[in-house]
Amino acid sequence: MYFIDFLLNSPGPVLASFMERFRSNFIIDDRWKYLLSGLKVTLIITFFALLIGLIIGFVVAIIRTSFDKMDKPKKGQPFRKKLGYVLLKLINFICKLYLTIIRGTPVVVQILIIYFVIFASVNIDKTLTAIIAFGFNSGAYVAEIIRSGIMSIDKGQFEAGRSLGLSYIQTMYYIITPQALKNILPALGNEFIVLLKETAVSGYIALVDLTKAGDIIRSRTYDAFMPLIAVALIYLALVMFFTYLVNKLERRLRSSDH
Amino acid sequence: MTTDVLIEVKDLKKEFGRQKALNGVNVHIKKADVMVVIGPSGSGKSTFLRCLNLLETPTSGTILFEGTDITDPRVDINEHRRKMGMVFQQFNLFPHMTVLKNMTLAPMKLLNKSKAEAEDKAMSLLERVGLRDRADAYPSQLSGGQKQRIAIVRALCMDPNVMLFDEPTSALDPEMVGEVLEVMKSLADSGMTMVVVSHEMGFAREVATRVVFMDEGCIVEEGSPEDIFTAPKSDRLKSFLNKIL
Ligand SMILES: Nc1ncnc2c1ncn2[C@@H]1O[C@H](COP(=O)(O)OP(=O)(O)OP(=O)(O)O)[C@@H](O)[C@H]1O
Ligand SMILES: [Mg+2]
Repeated sequence: MYFIDFLLNSPGPVLASFMERFRSNFIIDDRWKYLLSGLKVTLIITFFALLIGLIIGFVVAIIRTSFDKMDKPKKGQPFRKKLGYVLLKLINFICKLYLTIIRGTPVVVQILIIYFVIFASVNIDKTLTAIIAFGFNSGAYVAEIIRSGIMSIDKGQFEAGRSLGLSYIQTMYYIITPQALKNILPALGNEFIVLLKETAVSGYIALVDLTKAGDIIRSRTYDAFMPLIAVALIYLALVMFFTYLVNKLERRLRSSDH
Repeated sequence: MTTDVLIEVKDLKKEFGRQKALNGVNVHIKKADVMVVIGPSGSGKSTFLRCLNLLETPTSGTILFEGTDITDPRVDINEHRRKMGMVFQQFNLFPHMTVLKNMTLAPMKLLNKSKAEAEDKAMSLLERVGLRDRADAYPSQLSGGQKQRIAIVRALCMDPNVMLFDEPTSALDPEMVGEVLEVMKSLADSGMTMVVVSHEMGFAREVATRVVFMDEGCIVEEGSPEDIFTAPKSDRLKSFLNKIL
């Protein structure tokens, strides 16, 4: 409705009313501070969730690829190796379950469950809850990114490492992972951007992130257009900025010949 | 078993699912032997070579390396691989490391060599193959022939007792084959034990102490280069030689 008003009015009043609405939505009562602190919360959640996601993703990816590469133990192998195989099989199963559940349910539902079910009886900081929820969510996607990165490395690299006498772990650490990480840096950058936008559902646990901040202003001023468009523009600016960085990184990686 | 036998392969079999790649291979490799393995495509040459350092796990049979059965699951294969250098058709240099780092990684991690020690050794090996000035280059900055020479000296940095080569010149432009064969020849002259899968019959004639002809997962004939090339006995070897010479 406001938007249509806006278009129908003549230019003079439009400008005057625009300035007036800008003041009431952002200046009066220092309402812009909502947006600023909301932005801070959004960035904090995104950053730490990605960190957690990277750690989880890395561990899960290594477990999954190690299991895929492992031979079934044969007769006559020492008990230690058989036990190792069974253990890894179990852990691998848990990882697969994790990936299936996380990727098969909406992130909003996940954050609600973590806040209202898992942490129901403990008084936990909402930002921390969001970081954990988005971290675990992101971990599942990062795991698949890293796994595809590892699988994209020619198996000759692995064999060359092993033929020198390096152990499986040494070969992964010194030879495979550094190359895989370089290949997937752009994809990880994209994951960061996706995550940034996904944190917009943090309001479901009454956390005041950027989106919620805009919504609070709307409820105070009864003006939807101004605060929500402002929120959208801030997300857009952030996403464009990070996309620029990711593209730049991608170009740098491609132009460097090693 | 005499003490100068380095590798003894007994009734080695390898199956990939239903595909039989090796059908019972028996062979002795003595110290300072240069054994060249020839045979048609798909005859099991690579599989045989890769079984020697257990890059492929044999289905059955035993491989005694310096008296130890390395097919025994209780053996720490990493220990033994240090003493078996391998050179691949596709070089497999580590693209994210300089030449020097490629060569010093394993000695530093596995032989507890200091950086200086490992680099000294690497530099003197680079000198030997005429690539001292490429120590700080990355693999992508090298020609194929240079890459393969680096791959050879990278393996030599571990002071192996045997070197395994799987068609080391097959991925090279013709004008670069010579420089790699030259390095391999001087390695053979220095007394290194070598097992070489190759289609380079000139190299086999000139450098091999023994030539092994494989077909359909078996060793069909073996002997000195003269025996194999000038007096082949089996029909399969005769027709193979007719095709390639
Ligand atoms: N990883 C694998 N999985 C399934 N089959 C394989 C595998 N590696 C080799 N084989 C099969 O085993 C047989 C022997 O292969 P191998 O690579 O040892 O032959 P080769 O003599 O080295 O041939 P080429 O001269 O073409 O390199 C072939 O029939 C091949 O298809
Ligand atoms: Mg082959």
